[in-house]
Amino acid sequence: MDSMLIYKALLTVGVFAVSLGIAAYLTWGERKLAAILQDRVGPDRAGPFGLLQPLADGVKMLMKEEMIPSKANKWLFIFGPSFFMLTACMTGAVIPWGSGITVDGVVYPLQVTDINIGLLYLLGVVSIGVYGIMIGGWSSNNKYSLLGALRASSQMISYEVAMGMALIALTMITGTLSLGEISRQQDAGLANVVYQPLGFLIFIICAFAETNRAPFDLPESESELVGGYHTEYSSMKLGFFLFAEYINMFISSAVMATLYFGGYNFPFQHELGLEGNTLAILQTAALFIKIAIFIFVFMWVRWTLPRFRYDQLMNLGWKVLLPLSIANIFITGIVMWALGKLN
Amino acid sequence: METAPSLFSLYFPIVLMAVVAIGFVVTTMALTHAFGPKRPTKVKDDTFECGIEVKGNARSPFSVKYFLVAILFVLFDVEVIFMYPWAVNFRELGLFGLIEMFSFMGLMIVGLIYIIRRGALKWD
Repeated sequence: MDSMLIYKALLTVGVFAVSLGIAAYLTWGERKLAAILQDRVGPDRAGPFGLLQPLADGVKMLMKEEMIPSKANKWLFIFGPSFFMLTACMTGAVIPWGSGITVDGVVYPLQVTDINIGLLYLLGVVSIGVYGIMIGGWSSNNKYSLLGALRASSQMISYEVAMGMALIALTMITGTLSLGEISRQQDAGLANVVYQPLGFLIFIICAFAETNRAPFDLPESESELVGGYHTEYSSMKLGFFLFAEYINMFISSAVMATLYFGGYNFPFQHELGLEGNTLAILQTAALFIKIAIFIFVFMWVRWTLPRFRYDQLMNLGWKVLLPLSIANIFITGIVMWALGKLN
Repeated sequence: METAPSLFSLYFPIVLMAVVAIGFVVTTMALTHAFGPKRPTKVKDDTFECGIEVKGNARSPFSVKYFLVAILFVLFDVEVIFMYPWAVNFRELGLFGLIEMFSFMGLMIVGLIYIIRRGALKWD
């Protein structure tokens, strides 16, 4: 048991480090992809293909002058981005990154913890993240920041309702909130997206809105609000806001892959004749490929679609996605009843 | 069949994750505070308003619509949370549970239609 705890501690640090590293390289990836889509070269000065760019950016952020506006609430001003970063880092704990590595007959799971309220934990941590933005934007005592923060929070809470509803329809099928169990179910059966196509569509749109990504990037729409909620921020505090967005993007891609696209399972995995650790490593690789595809979609959409207008955003959330997700629950319930899946 | 893992072993990693994350955030904040130059001037520390002289401050009233959205969110999110235990036990509850929840959701839809018809979500 003790060795298991030590292993969990190592895994925790590992998951944390990997999500930070991936988020760092996502900033590079985003800039490269934007460059390709716009027929530019993109970052290419720091190292080959600009691969050291995230490092250079990190050091630059760290060494920049820390400015706290004289009218701002000093401690809340520091607390906002810290809290946003903190919640972004916490979400990786419940995602199953693989089925588990077996060493000397002991299975070491690749999931930090498989709590039976995994989905609720995820929703909870994601939704307290809005406090980071709200506190950061309000404490700046800047009109642009305040407007950006207000937009961000009303957008995030609006889309959270539809997101929760989409997950309810999923939970009706899985019968559990544990992400590990959901992954194992998809090993035995088909990926959940087959049963929940509408739910997935609602979920991915809400994921875009929750991460404040284009076309829902109104909180930081530079043409009207300067920088939105992070207008007054500089140095690593700005870095935290920007960086946390990439962590959120990575985690929500992982969540989508886990909930709707089979998690670490890949098609015909048991027909390959592979066993044990080889299969487990391949499964983890499969999960990361799925995550990479979702992240690509996130970036692709950002550089393709224009931004929504505020009333369009609110109408989409409350008058389209919310009724659709309610309808999705009705349809799921009736179909499951008609197929005799109920007791 | 192995025994179910204890609550401690399930939730300890989450506490650990929080400790690691807090440690990272605090260290980074301290480092950037230590490394960065500090040359504050009065103009630099002013609120940024696109280079124009600052007028008033941001502690002013803003559109009541945001409060409305927040209140509606609380209403609907409580209903969503209420539905999770039902969704988990959906198969066991059977047709009875289905009808019960559908009537509950029916009331919720009436509420949604009401707030839309009253123009609570109208942005102009």
